[in-house]
Amino acid sequence: MYPKELKYDREHEWVRMDGDVATIGISDFAQDQLGEVVYVDLPSVGDVVATGESFGEVESVKSVSELFSPVSGEIVEVNSELDDAPELVNNDSYGDGWMIKVKVDNLSEVDALMDADGYEAYLAEEA
Amino acid sequence: MRFIPVTCEERVEMLARVGARSVDELFSDIPEDARLARPLNLPEPMTEIALAAHLESLAGRNLDGGRVVSFLGAGIYDHYVPAIVDAVVSKPAFFTAYTPYQPEVSQGTLQAVYEFQSMICQLTGMEVSNASMYDGATAFAEAALMAARVTKRDKVVVSGAVHPEWRETLATYVESGTLEVVEVPATGGVTDTAAVAAVLDGRTAAVLVSSPTFYGTLEDLEAIGGIAHDAGALFVVATDPVLLGVLEPPAAYGADIVVGEGQALGNAASYGGPGLGLFACRKEHIRQMPGRVAGKTVDVDGRTGFVLTFSTREQHIRREKATSNICSNHALNALAAGVYLAAVGAEGLAGIGEACIAKAHYLEAALVATGRFKRAFDAPFAREFALRWTGDVEEMQRRLLERGFLAGVDLGRFAAADDGLVLFAVTERHTREVLDRFVEEVSAL
Repeated sequence: MYPKELKYDREHEWVRMDGDVATIGISDFAQDQLGEVVYVDLPSVGDVVATGESFGEVESVKSVSELFSPVSGEIVEVNSELDDAPELVNNDSYGDGWMIKVKVDNLSEVDALMDADGYEAYLAEEA
Repeated sequence: MRFIPVTCEERVEMLARVGARSVDELFSDIPEDARLARPLNLPEPMTEIALAAHLESLAGRNLDGGRVVSFLGAGIYDHYVPAIVDAVVSKPAFFTAYTPYQPEVSQGTLQAVYEFQSMICQLTGMEVSNASMYDGATAFAEAALMAARVTKRDKVVVSGAVHPEWRETLATYVESGTLEVVEVPATGGVTDTAAVAAVLDGRTAAVLVSSPTFYGTLEDLEAIGGIAHDAGALFVVATDPVLLGVLEPPAAYGADIVVGEGQALGNAASYGGPGLGLFACRKEHIRQMPGRVAGKTVDVDGRTGFVLTFSTREQHIRREKATSNICSNHALNALAAGVYLAAVGAEGLAGIGEACIAKAHYLEAALVATGRFKRAFDAPFAREFALRWTGDVEEMQRRLLERGFLAGVDLGRFAAADDGLVLFAVTERHTREVLDRFVEEVSAL
C-alpha cells in the first residue's frame, strides 16, 4: 500500500528520487478517498513549483482537489498519458499514475518528508 | 399546501410548551429599546375578491405589448410565444421543481436541459453549452473571467458597442479582483478595429464584442477575431439567438466563447426579467466553463440516462476555487427556450429571423424618408437600428405614446454622446399595416 522506497507529505503526495529528479504522484490513500478520477490538470514543462504550492488539480466524479508540491524546483516532465487515461491514478497510483517530474532545488527538502512508516502513522492519527 | 404557517391554536400550544404566556414575554430577553413598540405599518386584511380587484387595478397601470405597439428592444424583445411553450413549462413537474440537488432522480429535468444545450450548440456552432446562466449580462461577465482562467492573463478588451448594462455588470464583477477591463470606444456604431489592435498585448485574455451590437449593427467578426487570436487572446462573441437561423454562427468567425440573452426564445418580455443567459464554448476549455452541464450516458444495463456533470467545480462544492459564483441555472427559462426552438424548428427560426430583418429594414427606410429621422450609422444592421431624431426625443416619444406607440429606446439615457439617438427593435409581431401606421404618425408630428 505504501512502498518503502518512497517519501510522503501531509497532502498525500508521494516522491520517488532518481538523482536530483523527483517523480511525484498521489498515494493509494488519496486515490481511494477521491474515488474514480476523471481528469488531471497538470502544469507545463519548464514551470517552476514551490513546496506546499498548488501544481495542478485532480478531478473525480465527486470532487476537484488541488495537488500540492512536496518539493521546490523546475518541472522537467509531465505524465501526458493521464490526459486520455486519468484512471491510471486509481489503477496504478505509484507506477503509471505518476504526475510530474521535478528537478529538485534543495535535496534536504526530500529528507524532511515522511517515510512509509511515518506516513502510515500519520494516516492512523488523522483517521 | 397550507398557506397560513401558524394558526392561533398552534401559537398558544407552542407558548405553553416553552412556558411563556405571550409572544411579548417570549421576547422579553431582547432589550426594550431594540423592540418595535407599535404594530407593523400594513394595510388591513382583504377578502380574496377585494384583493384580486386591487391587484388587477395595479396591473392595469402597466402598459404591455397587447395594449400598445412596442418598438422597445435593447436586449429584451417582444416576440410571439407559441401556446405550446407555456403548456409544457406549466407542467408542475417542471414548474415547481427547484434546482436538482440529487440530479439523477430528475431525469426529465436533465433531459430538457440536455436538449436545450444541444440546440444552443447547433445554433452557435460551438461544441459545448452549459445549462444556462442568469441572463446575457452575467454570461458576458463570466466569459471575461473564464478567458482569464484559460489564458492565465489578467486583462480583457471590451467593445464600447456592447450593451452598456452588460459592461456595467462586468465592471461590478471585476471591481475587487485583479482583472483589468480596457474599453475601446465604438465609432459609427461598431467596434473600432484599429483601436482594439492598439491596446492588445501579452496580458490580454480576451476581446469581447457583441454582434448585433447594442446599436443593432453587425460587426466585422472575422477581422476582430483574427486580431484577437494573433495576440493569443480568446474571442468572445455575444449573439442574438433569434437571428442565428439567418446569420452565420459565431463559431464560423472563430469565436472561442459565445454568450447571449436567450429571453427572445419563448420567454416573456417582462420588466426585471427573468432573463436567460446563454453560454457556449469550445470543448477544450470545458473545465474552465462556469456552471453545470447535463450529459447523456448509459447505465449498467445499457439504458440511456442523463447526469449532471461539472457541478464539482461549482461554488457549493469548490467554494472560492469555483469556476463561478453562479451556483445554479435558469432551468425553467432554458426549458421554455428549448420548447420554443423545438416548436418553431430550424426553418421556422430562419423565417422569424428573416421577417425581423426585412421588417426592420422596411421601417428604417420609411422613417428616414419622413425626413424627421436621420440615419445615424452606415454599418449594416439586422433587426434593430438607431436613428437620429431631429427634435426633442422625450417630446416625440410622449406624443407617439398618446397615439399607442412605444417609439423606441432613447439612447441618450445611456450615454451623453448618444443624445438624440433612438433605437428601434422590430419583430415578427409587427405587421406591415402597423409599421405603415407608425410612419404616418411620425410624419404627422
